[in-house]
Amino acid sequence: MIRFDNVTKRYAGGHEGVSEICLEVDAGELVFLTGHSGAGKTTLLKLLALIERPTRGQVLLNGRNVGRLPARAIPEHRRGLGMVFQDHKLLPDRTVFENVSLPLIIAGLGRREIARRVRAALDQVGLLSRESSRPDALSTGEQQRVGIARAVVGRPRLLIADEPTGNLDPDLSLEIMMLFRRLNGVGVTMLIATHDLALVQELGGRRVILEGGRVSGEQD
Amino acid sequence: MRLWLTRHVQNCLAAMGRLVQRPAGSLLTIAVIGIALALPAGLNVLVRNGEVLAGGWESARDFSVYLKPGEELAQAATLAKSLSANSNVDDVEIISAEAALADFQQSGSFEGALTGLDNNPLPHTLVVRPRPEAPASELAELARELGKDTSVDQVRLDTEWVERLNAILEFVRRGIWLAAGLLAIAVVVIVGNTIRLDIENRRAEIEVAKLLGATDAFVRRPFLYTGFWYGLGGGLFALVVVLVGLAVLGGPVARLSALYGASFQLQGLAGSGALTVLGGGLVAGLVGAWFAVSQHLTAIQPKI
Repeated sequence: MIRFDNVTKRYAGGHEGVSEICLEVDAGELVFLTGHSGAGKTTLLKLLALIERPTRGQVLLNGRNVGRLPARAIPEHRRGLGMVFQDHKLLPDRTVFENVSLPLIIAGLGRREIARRVRAALDQVGLLSRESSRPDALSTGEQQRVGIARAVVGRPRLLIADEPTGNLDPDLSLEIMMLFRRLNGVGVTMLIATHDLALVQELGGRRVILEGGRVSGEQD
Repeated sequence: MRLWLTRHVQNCLAAMGRLVQRPAGSLLTIAVIGIALALPAGLNVLVRNGEVLAGGWESARDFSVYLKPGEELAQAATLAKSLSANSNVDDVEIISAEAALADFQQSGSFEGALTGLDNNPLPHTLVVRPRPEAPASELAELARELGKDTSVDQVRLDTEWVERLNAILEFVRRGIWLAAGLLAIAVVVIVGNTIRLDIENRRAEIEVAKLLGATDAFVRRPFLYTGFWYGLGGGLFALVVVLVGLAVLGGPVARLSALYGASFQLQGLAGSGALTVLGGGLVAGLVGAWFAVSQHLTAIQPKI
């Protein structure tokens, strides 16, 4: 499903985020990207979300070279993608329901369909009862679960998460990771970047270790 | 299609909702736009009134042609006929010496003086009324030609001050266009700047929307509707300002008009004028919003 083919990303100033990376992820896989900060995890995700473009090499998604997509095709590309962020990026002046419905509003769905899907997504993360709360009224773990609901509400084939447990204590982190695993069980391909090696060891599954912008090892 | 329309209506109402949420700032912006629009609109009303006044004194462009004493009435009729054929002439009236005399006698004040005379001292007279659109230069030429006629004693043409008034009005009208143009630019700048701040305030929201796959059109729309409401609000404000101004001036103008024994009525902003003000406001609001949006939205790119 995803293939990084000798991908290099050189930032303005000469620093290389990733260097000649080769990586393949099959549909339905859950892959952890680990490594120290600065190892290139975020850059890899940015290349997938088209927040950055590769300097060299190809980023293929379902056989399509997304690195060469024209700017006007970026919105559609991103609509097919679920994204979870470390700081969850919820809008503080909107309710949980409104936050989760944003991708569907952008996609142009009808009101009733939006309400149905948002409630289903909130149910999946166990926050159906908080739909009219503001994010500030929620705990950090709950906020991140809202962020995940927003990422899956559009039913993406691929979900990418950048340090989704970065701000959480170990118990909550495990809870969030289990949630990802459960969502992966219904067929969503997942690429999760985290520096929490202990947690990943505990969870098992495929792990890609990055170091200095290159793949330094893999564990299964 | 229905969904598309629903989205627009939602965007439109949401934009208004945001303005209503912070009434002080919105009203201030709308007031500034309104005053900027009211200035040319108000001046335009003044000029229109000036034109009506000038039009009311159109008869002042009439000129009198006095024939030499002793000329036959038939000669006056011939001259009148040839004048009527002139394209600048609307109407020619012949006042015979007898009629003029009778008029004088009736008016009373010269009675004593007139009865002392053996014969009628008054000449036959032609009162020529030019067409309203006749240019002053051609009228002056016509008057000069008439003066050369052997049967004509004197031509009195007294149009200079009306011409001057018209020239002043034309000058003011040009000035208004110039002012309207400058103020329209001002409105565009005001709206553009307000929306720029609006964009800055909603930066986080724009970034998230772009991350979630919002198109430029999607992100742009709410701001364009904000510009739309600013323009419409400003246009309405301008109309209110002009109407209040007219109400304030109406009384004194009626009194002044009564003192001069004239029946002059203050002209309001016609329907088309009101539409122009509203339309101008709308266009300026939208253009301002468009400028701000096209300048600043592309600069906001999401980061993770």
